[in-house]
Amino acid sequence: MTPLLMIQLSLGLPLLAMLLVGLFGKFPNLREAGTLAVSSVLFWVNCNLATRVFSGERPQWSLGEMMPGFEIGFTVEPLGMLFALVASGLWIVTTVYAIGYMRSHDERNQTRFFACFAISICAAMAAAFAGNLLTLFVAYELMTIATYPLVTHHETEKAKQGGRVYLGILMSTSVAFLMLAIAWTWSVADTLEFADGGILALPHSEGKIREWQLGLLLGLFVFGIGKAALMPFHRWLPAAMVAPTPVSALLHAVAVVKVGVFSVLKVAVYVFGIDLMHDTGISDWLCYVAAATILLASLVAMTKDNLKARLAYSTVSQLAYITLGAALASAAGVIGGGMHIAMHAMGKITLFFCAGAIYVATHKTEISDMRGLGRVMPFTFGAFLIASLSIIGLPPGGGAWSKWFLALGTVESGQVVLMAALMISSLLNIAYLIPIPIRGFLPATDESSSGLREAPLMCVVPLCLTAIGSIVLFFVAPEIFGWLVPITQVTR
Amino acid sequence: MIAEQLPILLIVIPLIAAPLCVLLGHRRAAYALALAVCWVTFGISVALLVQVQQSGPISYELGGWAVPYGIEYVVDYLSSFVMLFVSGMGAIVMTYAPTSLNRALLRSKHYLFHATYLLCLTGLLGMCITGDLFNVFVFLEISSLSTYALVSLGVTRRAPLAAFQYLVMGTIGATFILIGIGLLYQMTGTLNMADIAHRVQTVGGPRTVLVAFAFLTVGLFIKMAVFPLHSWLPNTYTYAPSVVTCFVAATAAKVSVYAFIRLIYTVFTPDFAFETLPLDTELTGLALIGIITASLTAIYQDNVKRLLAYSSIAQIGYMLLGISMANVAGLTAGIVHMFNHALIKGGLFMVVGCFAYRMGSVKLDDWRGAGKTMPYTSFAWVVGGLGLIGVPLTAGFVSKWLLLTAAVENNQWLVAGLMLVSSLLALVYVWRVVETLYFADPSEQAAAAREAPRGMLWPTYVVIGAVVVFGVWTEYSAVLAFQAASDLLEVTP
Repeated sequence: MTPLLMIQLSLGLPLLAMLLVGLFGKFPNLREAGTLAVSSVLFWVNCNLATRVFSGERPQWSLGEMMPGFEIGFTVEPLGMLFALVASGLWIVTTVYAIGYMRSHDERNQTRFFACFAISICAAMAAAFAGNLLTLFVAYELMTIATYPLVTHHETEKAKQGGRVYLGILMSTSVAFLMLAIAWTWSVADTLEFADGGILALPHSEGKIREWQLGLLLGLFVFGIGKAALMPFHRWLPAAMVAPTPVSALLHAVAVVKVGVFSVLKVAVYVFGIDLMHDTGISDWLCYVAAATILLASLVAMTKDNLKARLAYSTVSQLAYITLGAALASAAGVIGGGMHIAMHAMGKITLFFCAGAIYVATHKTEISDMRGLGRVMPFTFGAFLIASLSIIGLPPGGGAWSKWFLALGTVESGQVVLMAALMISSLLNIAYLIPIPIRGFLPATDESSSGLREAPLMCVVPLCLTAIGSIVLFFVAPEIFGWLVPITQVTR
Repeated sequence: MIAEQLPILLIVIPLIAAPLCVLLGHRRAAYALALAVCWVTFGISVALLVQVQQSGPISYELGGWAVPYGIEYVVDYLSSFVMLFVSGMGAIVMTYAPTSLNRALLRSKHYLFHATYLLCLTGLLGMCITGDLFNVFVFLEISSLSTYALVSLGVTRRAPLAAFQYLVMGTIGATFILIGIGLLYQMTGTLNMADIAHRVQTVGGPRTVLVAFAFLTVGLFIKMAVFPLHSWLPNTYTYAPSVVTCFVAATAAKVSVYAFIRLIYTVFTPDFAFETLPLDTELTGLALIGIITASLTAIYQDNVKRLLAYSSIAQIGYMLLGISMANVAGLTAGIVHMFNHALIKGGLFMVVGCFAYRMGSVKLDDWRGAGKTMPYTSFAWVVGGLGLIGVPLTAGFVSKWLLLTAAVENNQWLVAGLMLVSSLLALVYVWRVVETLYFADPSEQAAAAREAPRGMLWPTYVVIGAVVVFGVWTEYSAVLAFQAASDLLEVTP
C-alpha cells in the first residue's frame, strides 16, 4: 500500500461507513457490523501510515484547486498523525459502546446518529491531515455541521436550546474570527500551505506585518478556533452535553474538542512558528488567558453536581492546558500539548463512558445520588478512578507525562506563575474528580441501590479497555515523545 | 452552419415559441413546447460557452448589417456565463412548474403562463447577448412587462397590487435608463456599446455624459433592487406564484447586475466610475447598509418568502461590493456570486414552493414540525440554507471566500468584517426556519402534509445538489468568472 492510498483510504473509509449505515438502516445488526468493520480497517490503515510518518516521511495528496489560487490538499505530519490515530482508535471502542448505550435506551433515529458520527470522523481525519489552512477550515466547519444533529439528537426543547448555543458560538467564532484570520494570513504570506517553522516566519512575509498585528492575528486564530473552548468562548461545550453520552464521549472529549486544540497547536507550529512566537513574545498574553481558563473552569467544575456537566468543565480546563502548551512557544510546551491530546482523550473518554454506563444502569446523573454505586458497579467505578488519575496527572496514568512536559515548558519559558497555576489546577482536579469514585465505594445510605447491577457488557468492556489504555499510554509516552520531537525542529 | 447562427437562435426560438404557445392554447401541448424550448435554449447557451472557450468572443451581426450601423450580438466569457445560468435556471424551473402551478392558476390558463414565461426568458437572455444599448432597453422592457404579468398571477388578491407596485417602480427605472441611453446617443451618435466606449469623452467632456451615466446608474439600481431603491422587491417576491418567484429571484436581478457591469466596465471605464466619480465609495456604502439592514429585517419575517426576499436584497449587496473593487479578485467574486446566488436562492424558493404546495401556506408558523412529514423537502432547505450562510462545501462559501480575500487584499477591513457579520445574520434567519421545521410540534397543516410530489422534488434536488457540487468543483463557476473578470479588466489570466 502506498502512503497516498493510505491517505485516500483514511478519508474515504468514514464516508464508506456512512454509506453502509444509510444502506442498511433497516437492519441494525448489519448496520453496526458495517461501522465496526470499517472503523477497524481505518485504524489499521492509520497504523500503517503512522509507521511511515513517524519514520520521517511526509506523504501528500492534493485534490486540486477548489477556487482559482486556493488548493485543497493533505500533508500528513506527526502531530496530525497522532491525532488521527487517537480519533480512529477510539472510534472503534465508541462504536461498541454506542451500540450498547443506544440500544438499551431504545433511542430513535439511530441510523441518522451513526451516519452523522461517521461524517464527523471523516471531518476529523481531514482536519488531522490538512495540508493548508483552507483545508483545515473546511474540515473544521464540516465537523460543526455534522455534529449538530448529534447534539440535538433528542429533538426536545432542551436539545434545541443546547444546539443553538453550540452552533451559535462555534459558527460565530469560526466565521467572524477564524476566517478573517486565514484571509489575513493569506494576504501577508501569499500562501496557506503549512510550513515548517511557520508561514509567517518565511522570508517573504517579513516586514509585511507588525508585531502588534501579529498578536492580534494570533488572537483571531485562537478565539476563532472556538472548538478549543478557550474562555470566554467555552459555553458551547457544556451546552453540547444534552447529546447522548457516546457523542459526549467521542466528540466532546475526543474528536471535536481535539480538532480545536490540534488546530491551535498546528497554527502555533506551522503558521506562526515557535521561534517567531518566542522571539516576539506575541503569545505571552495567551499564556495568561489559558492559565485563567484552566483555573476558572476547574473551579466551576467543582460546583457542578451533574456528572456530565462537571466532566464538561473539566474538559474546558484540560483543553486550556494544550492551548497553554502552544502559547508557551517552547519545544517542551508543544510536545506536552501534543501528548496531552492523546492522554486527555483516553482519560476523558473513559470518564464519559462511565457516566453513560451509570446512567444506563441506574438512570442517575447527579453525583450526590451516586453514593454506594461503586459497590454494585465495581468495574465502572474502578475505571473511573484510573482515568481520574490520568487526568489529574498522577502515575500510572498517561497524563502524568504530558503534564510533566507542560510544567517543563513553563520552566523553560521562565514563567513561574504559570507553573504555580498548573500545580494549583492539579490539586483542583483531585478535588473535583476523586470524590466521585470515593463516594461510589462508600456504603450506601439507603436501599436505593439494591437490585442494581453493572451496565450491559457492550458498555462496560469499552470503558475497561480505555481505562487500561490510559495506563498503557503511561508506558508508551517515551515513544510518543520521539514521534513529536521532529515537529519542533526546524530545518530550513 | 447552424453553429454560426446560435447567437440569434438563442433569442428567436423562445420569442417565436411564446406566441405559438398561445396559438396552441392547449395546456399539455403548450407545456411540452415551452419545456422543449427552455431546454433547447440551455443547450444553445452551453454550445455558445464552448465556442467562446475554444475560439474566443463571438460577434454576430444581425441581418448582416455591419457594426456599428446594425445591431451586434456579443458572446464573450461574461455574457455566455450569465446566459448559461439564466437559461439553466429557466429550464429547471420550467420542469418544476406544472405541478406547482396547479395550486396557483386555473388549468385552462396555464398556456398563457407558459407563453409569458418564455417571453420573460427571451428578454433576460436578450439583455445578456446584445451589444447594442438601445436593444438592452428593448429586452429589458420585454422581460419586465412579462414579469409584471407573471407576478399578477399570484393566488392572493395582493398579487396584482404587488405587480402594480413593481410596474410603477420598474417603469421609472426603465425610463431613467431610456433617458440615459438617449443622452449618450446624443453625445456619441451611436448605440453600439463598444463604439460608445470609443467615442464617449469622459474626462473634461460635456456634463451631459455625467448626467447620462447618472440616469443609467439609478435606473439600474432600481432594477437591481439596490438599497434604498429596493421597495418593490419584497412584495413582488412574496405575492407572486411560487414558480414565478423561483425564476425571477434566480435570474431577473442578476441580469440587471450584469447590465450594470457592462455599463461600468464596457461602455464606460472603471477609472471613470471609480476615480473620476466616487461611485465605488457610494456603492460600498449602499451595499454595506443594504446587507446589514436587509439581513436584520429578514430575521424578523414570519413569511418565509418575504424572509428570502430580504435576504436577496442583502445578497445583491455582495455582488455590488465585488464590482466596486475594480480588480480581478473582487470582480471575480461579484460575478461568481451572481451564479452561486442564482442557484442558492432559486433552490430555496423551489423548496418554499414544495412546502406551499403541500401545506398551502408560506407562513413560518404553519410549517412547524414539517421536518417529520416532509423530510426530503426539509433537508433540501437545510442544504440550501447552509449555502446561503456560506458554509464550506457549498457554493455560497466560494463566493464568500473570494470576496473576503479580495477585501482583505484591498485593506477594506470594514467590508470584510461587516460581510462576515452579515453571514452570521444569515445563520440566524436560516436556522429559525430549521428549528421550526425540526423541533416544534407539528401544526395542523404539517401533520396532514405528505412529501412533496416527485415532479417538484426532483428539480429542487437538482438545484440543491448543484449548490453542493459548485461548492467543491468550480471549473464552471469561479474559473469562468475569473476569466470573465480578467477579460473585462483586460488582464491576461
